Amino acid sequence: MSVGSSFAHDAAQLHVTGQARYVDDIPIPQNGLHLAFGLSTVAKGRIINMDLSPVLDSEGIVAVITCKDLPFENDTSPAAKDEPLLAEGEVNYVGQPLFLVVAESHLLARKAATKALISYAEQLPILSIEDALAAESRFEEGPRIYKKGEASSAIRGAALQLSGTFSIGGQEHFYLEGQAALAFPSDDSEMVIHSSTQHPSEVQHKVANALGLGMHDVRVEVRRMGGGFGGKESQANSLAIACAVAAQTTGRPCKMRYDRDDDFLITGKRHDFRIDYEVGFDETGKIQGVSFIHYVRCGWSQDLSLAVADRAMLHADNAYHLEHCRVESHRLRTNIQSATAFRGFGGPQGMIGMERVIDHIAGHLALDPLSIRLRNYYRDSNLASVVKPQTTHYGMEVTDFGLNAMTAEMVESCDYVARRIAINEWNKKNPVLKKGIALTPVKFGISFTLTHLNQAGALVNLYQDGTLRMNHGGIEMGQGLFQKVAQVAASGFGIDIKKVKITATDTAKVPNTSATAASSGSDLNGMAVKLACDEIRCRMSEFLAEYYQAKPADVRFHDNKVYIGNHDLTFAKATKLCYENRISLSSTGYYKTPDIVWDRIKGHGRPFYYFAYGVAVSEVAVDTLTGENRILRADIIHDVGASLNPALDIGQIEGGYVQGAGWLTTEELIWNDEGRLMTHAPSTYKIPVASDRPRIFNVQLWNNENCEETIYRSKAVGEPPLMLGMSAFFALSHATSATGENYPMVDAPATSESLLWACERAQYGV
Amino acid sequence: MDVTFLLNGETVALKNADPHLTCLDFLREQRNLSGSKEGCNEGDCGACTVIVLDKEIIRPLNACILFLGQLNGKAIRTVEAVGEDGHLHPVQSEMVEKHGSQCGFCTPGIVTSLVAAQINGRSDHENILAGNLCRCTGYAPIIKAAETAAVLSEPTWLREDRKKIRDISASPNANWPQSSDEIAALLTANPKTRLIAGATDVALWVTKGLQDVSPSAFLANVEDLSQIEDRQGEYVIGALVTIEALFNWAKVSCRPYAELLRRYGSVQIRNAATLGGNIANGSPIGDNPPVLIAAGAELCLRQGDKRRRILLEKYFLAYGRQDLKVGEFVEAIVIPKSLDALRCYKVSKRFDQDISAVCGCFNIEINNGIISSVRIAFGGMAGIPKRASHVERALVGKPWSLQALEETEDEWLKDFVPLTDVRASAKYRLKVARNLLTRYFMERSGQSADVLQVVP
Repeated sequence: MSVGSSFAHDAAQLHVTGQARYVDDIPIPQNGLHLAFGLSTVAKGRIINMDLSPVLDSEGIVAVITCKDLPFENDTSPAAKDEPLLAEGEVNYVGQPLFLVVAESHLLARKAATKALISYAEQLPILSIEDALAAESRFEEGPRIYKKGEASSAIRGAALQLSGTFSIGGQEHFYLEGQAALAFPSDDSEMVIHSSTQHPSEVQHKVANALGLGMHDVRVEVRRMGGGFGGKESQANSLAIACAVAAQTTGRPCKMRYDRDDDFLITGKRHDFRIDYEVGFDETGKIQGVSFIHYVRCGWSQDLSLAVADRAMLHADNAYHLEHCRVESHRLRTNIQSATAFRGFGGPQGMIGMERVIDHIAGHLALDPLSIRLRNYYRDSNLASVVKPQTTHYGMEVTDFGLNAMTAEMVESCDYVARRIAINEWNKKNPVLKKGIALTPVKFGISFTLTHLNQAGALVNLYQDGTLRMNHGGIEMGQGLFQKVAQVAASGFGIDIKKVKITATDTAKVPNTSATAASSGSDLNGMAVKLACDEIRCRMSEFLAEYYQAKPADVRFHDNKVYIGNHDLTFAKATKLCYENRISLSSTGYYKTPDIVWDRIKGHGRPFYYFAYGVAVSEVAVDTLTGENRILRADIIHDVGASLNPALDIGQIEGGYVQGAGWLTTEELIWNDEGRLMTHAPSTYKIPVASDRPRIFNVQLWNNENCEETIYRSKAVGEPPLMLGMSAFFALSHATSATGENYPMVDAPATSESLLWACERAQYGV
Repeated sequence: MDVTFLLNGETVALKNADPHLTCLDFLREQRNLSGSKEGCNEGDCGACTVIVLDKEIIRPLNACILFLGQLNGKAIRTVEAVGEDGHLHPVQSEMVEKHGSQCGFCTPGIVTSLVAAQINGRSDHENILAGNLCRCTGYAPIIKAAETAAVLSEPTWLREDRKKIRDISASPNANWPQSSDEIAALLTANPKTRLIAGATDVALWVTKGLQDVSPSAFLANVEDLSQIEDRQGEYVIGALVTIEALFNWAKVSCRPYAELLRRYGSVQIRNAATLGGNIANGSPIGDNPPVLIAAGAELCLRQGDKRRRILLEKYFLAYGRQDLKVGEFVEAIVIPKSLDALRCYKVSKRFDQDISAVCGCFNIEINNGIISSVRIAFGGMAGIPKRASHVERALVGKPWSLQALEETEDEWLKDFVPLTDVRASAKYRLKVARNLLTRYFMERSGQSADVLQVVP
């Protein structure tokens, strides 16, 4: 069967030959135009005067568009309507688009965009978490609070207490393909958009609103993206709207791509957090009660921040059963880029807060953090057991927990215990170089927490020669979704994968799609395609059974053939026969995730259909003279259920780990005192390179069918592996702690500098 | 200017072309060769990597910071044309086989980097790919593909390009000097001429600064400044020696310098950038000046027919100000041969392809346990590459011991008042500068202090 096979990425051949076409590669007619935004240079203030005449006088300029020229809605936000495409007097961050240049070339547009003469009445920007708290600058009326039991009394009543503050930096997506869009105006008011977006239906919606059209007038097509990672869930809207408006204004095709520096400056990143925690526990490290306060720096507009902050709260337990737990979350409005979705969507920040607590307890008790982890894990689920399942701090029963078994397997297979002893011995002999090792678990909830998004549609067309063309709402951004879903379709009819044509996602074929986000792509779209295939197969079976005088249940589809009782015919002949007998060979499919109920205000319910699990062990080395460090080895066991495509899943796991480790080590975002992002290009913002990957890198899939009825019992794999990178961070904590008696309180990212100070704290205390 | 070159085997002859148009824009916008991607437009991500045949040498270069003017007389291969007779190159098929592409956007650059490396007989894949960012895979499958791909050291197209390149000649241009004499004459006639060697800095003034860098002269054909000479007692390095050539020389002549250069930019950058450029631009964070200052190197400058030779450290006057007269240019760098005690330490946020937060270079002679001479120079610690004069003075004559090092504590503050910026804080820089001297002591004493050597 096609499902379960390690086929290569559907476009691999095109990738390696340079033939794969991205938005900026789509040829446009000679009269095509190019756009660039003029950006704010202040973080907060009012525009007093905007003299655009030097822009208009610049070479190759066709038009300059300001908010006054926008025909209809001036908004790019996913929901809150608080994000104008072009500023309307008020400026809220350095990099905010103020006007739109339409020019004959990309370079001429960029040149002109720098020439405006703008005067501002500057105001004091709110930049830090502390600034925002002092000014009560926040989204929602006050903090959200989720809780279970009585955390404060449990903490007070415990034998031991600890508290701390933990800073967690944000992260730039650094998709290799920057944001890009292209609009083709056509007759009859139709607008065709090519966008590098994870959310074509939203682009369609926003463009329609901006042009005063119905959604039926706008068609959005996405064949592939050069990476998204959450950064193109809402951030692609601006470019598509800008192109559409300019195309409507000029009647010419319009293309826009951000130069990389502009991309850094304009678009949102992962939310940075400060987490204050208090924990009460006993001498064995068993947690009696824990309390977290999340301070979330959301930037200037709401974007997806509420849902991100919610998900952080929902992952504050990570893999641990907490009888008494309280999570308070402040969503702070600041004058920087509006933080947005990024792989994990708040989950990583919530989770690492809990892992920090575990690490701190272990440091305090001078125990191996692994023993604290095991002491507090949820019980492994046993479906046959009569014991009531344990519940999370938001009241969801954990019925599929398997980390005890996975951890045991990991400890055994990577020889954790002996290695940790050897490392501690090695550290005693080496005054300057120190090694560290850590095992961290991941439990990640799968489903959009906004319940209505958990739906998907598909269109499957079978042709009379037995070939199949399919379309669904998911976006291919490198994760291999298209191939996985094609495998589902091929398996649906027992045909060769080559008979399945993958096509660009298109809002005209499948409407009202959700973003390809929340790791949901293959769960939702795979199921929708399967249901469409099931429908067509059912029609074929019924007809063929009648034709050959057999029972529909006796019709089988496999090996490119159809077997009907004693008869068999090729799949192509079967489709031909169906066609000639007027059987419809086309169907839509529609899927919605069952059994999820969630009240985000009360913080109670079952927001997730299931959890994905993983466990990682990292070994690192640190130079305590400089803080320079290396990941030496990583071992991973990750649960993808019954894998749809093991090779693609392993790719997600390896890539996720490295991206997560990057977030927590070298990737540092720095704003200056005026609110300008100073790390605005790969020269200053350092994502991992080849030599940063662990030299020894063992990845194993946990062979375990999903207990829920997902697509072929597989599990989502997009986001969860990113959090395996936490093991590198806590291994660094272990290594630095070898320099002294105190807990090093490492903040994230653990840059060389951050680790050097952590070594000082370990030696001399805070 | 007029430019003639081979593009994927075909001759391209351009009349009155904009010499500062980037190769990448030319490929994508004028030739519909959209396989080479723009990821950063500053030579840091490698998605635009093309293979350039320059006389006999194959270089992977970043097309986004490669000017059309630099291509004169060369042969360029893009990802669309590295296959063999309609088949995939083994690197391409292994990238498919090993699942080395996910989103695919970095892939063309990865492929061209690996193909170029094969031709050059290299298999140190981590170094080869230091200039190719991938955000999806975590690199493991790419390295696997690189390791298992069958080696094609001389693809068919390369043999043909080598033949054809002999038949095309670079278009003659006024701004296309052939010798140092011609550079001198050109600068005398028009002292404002911008000299462009590898363009790894100047191209950013165009792609990011959106400046016009005219008038300029392209130095790619100046042979007499591209040599490394081994003279009695000293090495003379021509200003136009690329960092890659310098790296290959240092592997034999000064290992610690080579290890520093291994981490200088990326293969693509090292193949374009020149030693003269790294010095002439006066950057306080270029990695060559501190090494060369610690080595006691001298700079050979020329203005018309006038030549002078100065200690390199005297060249850097203040931030952004060099001892370079109008119409004067760097001809060569002279390095003394006594390099045994020289060690160079680069500390950056990321090991590979990053700019130094601190680059510390130490050259300390010890006679009978007593420190006899000291040269210590740093990049990243001041507005210019700078010697630690007070520390040096405090060390001379002292016994070679950790105690002597510790006694320099206060001297560092007299030598350096570093800045806080995105790469590091002032406090970190000072602390690390001192600690690097400790590392030097440990290394000289045979103790291991290199985190890159630690194995699991």
